[in-house]
Amino acid sequence: MPDLTTHYLGLALRNPVVASASPLSLHLKGVRALADAGVGAIVLYSLFEEEVHREQLRDLQIVEAHEDAFGEALSYFPRQHTPEPGAAHHYLRQIERAVAAVDVPVIASLNGSTPGGWASFAASMESAGAAAIELNIYAVPGDPHTPGRIVEDRHVEILHAVKAAVTVPVAVKLSPHFSSVGEVALRLDQAGADGLVLFNRFLHPDIDPETLSVEPGVALSTPQEARLPRAWIAILHGHVAGSLAATTGVETAEDVAAYLLAGADVVMTASALLRHGVTHATTLVEGLEAWLDRKGFAHIDGVRGRLAVPREADPTAYERAGYVAALERGRATYGSLTGQGG
Amino acid sequence: MRVTIDGNEAAADVAYRLNELCAIYPITPSSTMAELADEWSSHRRPNVWGTVPTVMEMQSEGGAAGAMHGALQGGALSTTFTASQGLLLMIPNMYKIAGELTSTVFHVAARSIAAQGLSIFGDHSDVMAVRQTGFALLSSASVQEAHDLALVAQAATLRTRVPFVHFFDGFRTSHEINTVELLPDEVLRELVPEQLVREHRLRALTPERPFVRGTAQNPDVYFQARETVNPFYSRTPGIVQSVMDELAAHTGRPYGLVEYAGHDAPEVVVVCMGSGAQTVRETVTHLVGGGARAGALQVRLYRPFPAAELVAALPASVRRVAVLDRTKEPGSNGEPLFLDVLTTLAEAHQRGAIETMPQVIGGRYGLSSKELTPGMVCAVYDELWEEYPRSRFTVGITDDVGGTSLLWDPDLVIEDPAMLRAVFYGIGSDGTVGANKNTIKILGSDPKVHAQAYFVYDSKKSGGLTVSHLRFGPHPIRAPYLVSKAHFVGCHHLGLLEKIDVLASAGDGATLLLNAPQPADEVWDALPRPVQQAIIDKKLTVWAIDADAVAREAGLPGRTNTVLQTCFFAISGVLPRRAAIEKVKAAIRKTYGRRGSEVVRRNEAAVDATIAALHEIPVPAAVSTDREPDPAVPADAPDFVRTVTAAMMAGRGDEIPVSALPVDGTYPSGTTAYEKRRISDLVATWDPDTCIQCGTCSFVCPHSVLRAKYVGEDALTGAPAGFPTAPLNAAGLPDTRYTLQVYAEDCTGCSLCVEACPVSPVGEPHRKAINLEPLEPQLQAQRGNVAFFETLPLAERSRVDFGTVRGTQFLQPLFEFSGACSGCGETPYLKLLTQLFGERATVANATGCSSIYGGNLPTTPWAKNAAGRGPAWSNSLFEDNAEFGLGLRLAADLHTGLARERLRELRDVVGPELADAILDARQVREFELTAQRERVAELLRRLADIGEVGGPAVADLRSVADHLLRRSVWIVGGDGWAYDIGSGGLDHVLASGRDVNVLVLDTEVYSNTGGQSSKATPLAAVAKFASGGKATAKKDLALQAIAYGNVYVARVAMGADPHQTLTAFREAEAYDGPSLIIAYSHCIAHGIEMSKGLDQQYRAVASGHWPLVRYDPTVRARGGNPFQLDSPRPRIPLGDYVYNELRYRMLRSSDPAEAERLLALAQEAVDQRWATYEEMATRPPARYAADARRKG
Repeated sequence: MPDLTTHYLGLALRNPVVASASPLSLHLKGVRALADAGVGAIVLYSLFEEEVHREQLRDLQIVEAHEDAFGEALSYFPRQHTPEPGAAHHYLRQIERAVAAVDVPVIASLNGSTPGGWASFAASMESAGAAAIELNIYAVPGDPHTPGRIVEDRHVEILHAVKAAVTVPVAVKLSPHFSSVGEVALRLDQAGADGLVLFNRFLHPDIDPETLSVEPGVALSTPQEARLPRAWIAILHGHVAGSLAATTGVETAEDVAAYLLAGADVVMTASALLRHGVTHATTLVEGLEAWLDRKGFAHIDGVRGRLAVPREADPTAYERAGYVAALERGRATYGSLTGQGG
Repeated sequence: MRVTIDGNEAAADVAYRLNELCAIYPITPSSTMAELADEWSSHRRPNVWGTVPTVMEMQSEGGAAGAMHGALQGGALSTTFTASQGLLLMIPNMYKIAGELTSTVFHVAARSIAAQGLSIFGDHSDVMAVRQTGFALLSSASVQEAHDLALVAQAATLRTRVPFVHFFDGFRTSHEINTVELLPDEVLRELVPEQLVREHRLRALTPERPFVRGTAQNPDVYFQARETVNPFYSRTPGIVQSVMDELAAHTGRPYGLVEYAGHDAPEVVVVCMGSGAQTVRETVTHLVGGGARAGALQVRLYRPFPAAELVAALPASVRRVAVLDRTKEPGSNGEPLFLDVLTTLAEAHQRGAIETMPQVIGGRYGLSSKELTPGMVCAVYDELWEEYPRSRFTVGITDDVGGTSLLWDPDLVIEDPAMLRAVFYGIGSDGTVGANKNTIKILGSDPKVHAQAYFVYDSKKSGGLTVSHLRFGPHPIRAPYLVSKAHFVGCHHLGLLEKIDVLASAGDGATLLLNAPQPADEVWDALPRPVQQAIIDKKLTVWAIDADAVAREAGLPGRTNTVLQTCFFAISGVLPRRAAIEKVKAAIRKTYGRRGSEVVRRNEAAVDATIAALHEIPVPAAVSTDREPDPAVPADAPDFVRTVTAAMMAGRGDEIPVSALPVDGTYPSGTTAYEKRRISDLVATWDPDTCIQCGTCSFVCPHSVLRAKYVGEDALTGAPAGFPTAPLNAAGLPDTRYTLQVYAEDCTGCSLCVEACPVSPVGEPHRKAINLEPLEPQLQAQRGNVAFFETLPLAERSRVDFGTVRGTQFLQPLFEFSGACSGCGETPYLKLLTQLFGERATVANATGCSSIYGGNLPTTPWAKNAAGRGPAWSNSLFEDNAEFGLGLRLAADLHTGLARERLRELRDVVGPELADAILDARQVREFELTAQRERVAELLRRLADIGEVGGPAVADLRSVADHLLRRSVWIVGGDGWAYDIGSGGLDHVLASGRDVNVLVLDTEVYSNTGGQSSKATPLAAVAKFASGGKATAKKDLALQAIAYGNVYVARVAMGADPHQTLTAFREAEAYDGPSLIIAYSHCIAHGIEMSKGLDQQYRAVASGHWPLVRYDPTVRARGGNPFQLDSPRPRIPLGDYVYNELRYRMLRSSDPAEAERLLALAQEAVDQRWATYEEMATRPPARYAADARRKG
């Protein structure tokens, strides 16, 4: 039986299939089910910066709106209580419970886009028992005047603040929307990221013409979307000191294998588990085992990075070659893409 | 250690450290002391002997006094904090405690007593009412004294065995913030040695050394036994002075029982006690500096009266003495301090201790926190220098009836020129007061700076005015009166300039800061003419900022406190600008640090953005407008409203003379209608095309600003252009238009209507048929619309469907535009009450929120209709409301009986047919009541025709004929009243079998005094006095009442089921016997977004926390089950309801394990209660108690 054990962020994992942040880990039952299904580690659902801030401001508003306004009642609550926002509170409790309930590493996920209060939340997460922190930096620069460098600097700044506040490993989950994704990844690696998670999925808001409203867009990922992260993992493998985690589009054990071949240390999935149920994790792990067997690998270390871009290769040429090859295959499949207009 | 705190904290800090038990009950202005003790105890703060004091909330002050008495007899060091009516409720026990020579100190923030009207403000009426109990009375005049003398009182009571009341002026001292030196524990222990504590303990009841205390005594010995205590009282003054001397040795702060200050050989002396004594002493220093032979005598120990010390302290040169009393004893020969001083001097003169008997005159001042300014004090000295001074006088008012009042100079300022004075005008929710408290702490933290702050609040709970009075300077600040001639005036809402004379407090050359939405170059022209003129005349420097915009951009919409505080530091020059900004930021981090980094970040961003947005406004040489502010009330308002009410509204109530005020506390109804407050920039706006005319918005509106009418199309002739209407969608009334009028100037923008509205325009799911829109663009149009709407006829009551929410919208509310919190959960029920029964209702209202928004001057919301009829409303006390209402019922029943008897006697005279019709009339349905009202009117016409020749029977009948129409008696109050202080009375009244209707507006907490726990507070909720989470379940008042069998009981929640609410109100009122409605009232003290109040009501019901029930004894009589469960089985977990509220979330963050434990227990309790209710709903009727009252 092949050896699936691996390391991610310096943590020893029984296998490289990791449950990424999703509603599955909202409740303890889900966390237990994921562990029982055999995942190597669990990234808890994300604590959203916006949610925490909204709650902070809401509670402030609730308390302050009526203070010092009427002579008989200068306040309405005992003074010593300044509640931690409910979302943060819930989250920390969930970490504590999850850590106690399962024997695989539990990674906390912090989702936000400003340097603000990340550090203190991360420290609380560490105290609550998180084995590592995944920073889900999700900046959508809605201001079209924001220069790209500012956005990149903000990532590094946030990483520095969190690294300074915790001793557990910190991974950064990135968006693919940088003009030079590789350079950003290397900067973060050099800035001390213990791992990079590629990529964050951009949940595009959409317009509903029926209700004339803007609706938050939520769609599960598909295997086709795996190509972009896989390409970047293949490029970054061997160039970064930290771990590489692949996420997006993991549907089958073969998808897991493909990511490992590209150079991923672990492969994360949420969509497939949401689509097929938590037990699908078992299918992935067992499938990976079977694939390794079939292909004659005794250990996944022998697989990892086998199809990565070689260190000495010219990445541009690699990309270009892939692009040209893809175009050619496209022509063969669909006919000329460029000829339709003319 | 030097701190900046208020008087309540100063006193409580010592009281807590020197006691083992605090028996508490909330009452303004002393509540803060109890709250602090509770908080300290929950933080496990020990007293000076290492014990964490027990803090026990009781059901009333009477209960607190009883618990105190017991604890003292048990040997515990015990204290309490109270004021006003609370102190009066303690009187019976005070006699006992004193009679048994028991050491204790009651700390009292002295307050007026309710007489012609309630007042929460400060004077000595309460403490003077206990001067005969045997308690010693020790008076503090300042925040520092409140701290120091709290210790003196505690040390003296243990040394003398005489119990003490330690008092200081409510609000003026209890709420004044000043720099204070805190007494260290060592000094407390030094003055209160443990030996004294052990002696106190040894006097306790114990079965090891049993004795009997509290015997009944007979004529043979009672008198002599009463005289046994005299030596203890004789020794007390000397002991108090020795304690004061010991304190001085430790602190360098000397105090005397009676302290003289002023000229060495004065001719005239003013005697005063409390904070006023500070003003008198400061003024006398000023006068003596000008060469006057004047002096001041401050009395600190009032009981036992220090006669010898007073004679000794008074210089022999004195020829005239004026004694100032801060109380009123109608009918007495003089107020108490005056009589004491006069008696003392007369006796001293009799025995030759003083050679010449000075002339002694007595005056009243400062009732209900009326100002005592240096100008007023000078007026008292001037009177003493008159050839024939008045023997009795008042100062601070214009008494044009008794001619007692002295004239004073309002412009006299005697303050230290090195002191900076600032006044800030804000509105309740804008954070002005909070920012100023912060400013005081920032400046007071500098050891070279002394700081003082005092805040004046509005009586309205929403959108009320706050005025902050701040002083800073290098010397201690002894100025217990409002700031005048300020160096800095901040007007934090431009609209205030239109309503009150903001610049009256500005000194010449002062700096004026305006928060104005206009660009800087338009600000000047936006000011009304009188304001421009005052700026020019006083040579003010004007700065302006759009603080709302800065705050909004920083992500703090509506919170301008940080921005305006920064402006103050930037332009007042009180500190160098850079240093000041750093201190503001440090204070932000301290204040908001625990509230989260984002809150800190946004506030800091607001500070950074402020300076750039602050502009100096050039002041031209002449005014640029002739625009005058709108008059406070319309020109066609009644005389009283125009002269008296309007003056109060404009902040000129102090100028109203005695003659203008009612002699017996009787005021006209419905005066809020004249006060267009415009407190919200966003107001409800109706969309007639989308509206389905369901009436829900109008039903839930807490402020009665949504009024519906239906009229024939011809009635709309002459309507203003754009007057919104829609075809009436009810069947059977063709050619009829429906209109929903928003009283836009009265709308508070609470948005409950928007939340409640069930429909949206097609394609606009986020809008409703009623939405919040800016007021300004529609203001003029809405004024015209309201004026026209009021000319439209009301629906005939007998044609309205009272049984549906849709129908009730056409009934005129006779409770309107109250000053309750925006989005209040209580007032919709009161409005409904008046719509259904207001024309024939009398209302007994317990003290609390509902009596404040219902009855606090200047304007009151209980109104009358065009025929002049409406609810007659009164407030007696907090504790007696059920009994008070029962009294109204009993009187009504007596008069109904008399009317019927006389009518029978006069049957042939008035016409048998009419008489019989009246006597036999059924009066339940509205058309029956309408018919009866017409019959009674006809009866009165016939009686008038008969005239006096009809004899006494006719006169009698005319005087009580209105009782032939069934009167609806309502007893209204909150849960603090119904569950706690008034519980015994309520229980008795429900048991009386009489036809009263009790409405409990259950906010599950003492809302009016700031959110203290009551027995209605649910398990697991945090409240003041239950800061660790309430560990007992909410009392099931409904089940208690149901147990009687003949009480109609309903539990309702308008937000969950408005129709059930309506049904319950109608059934309760129609029931011929006692009725109890317990109404869920969401409240700011729950920690919710008030716009979600109705949703929260829904969740309360859906979770099973608030099951809707009705118990109707008449159903049992008809053979049915009287207990009706109106809400479905709980369908959401309790957590989904409670964790929407801060009061529950607090515990979850402070003590998660306890929160989890209590929530589990609360869920269990919900499940158990539901099972009980379901069982009750299926019981055979015979298992319920029968109504045993005799019928007919």
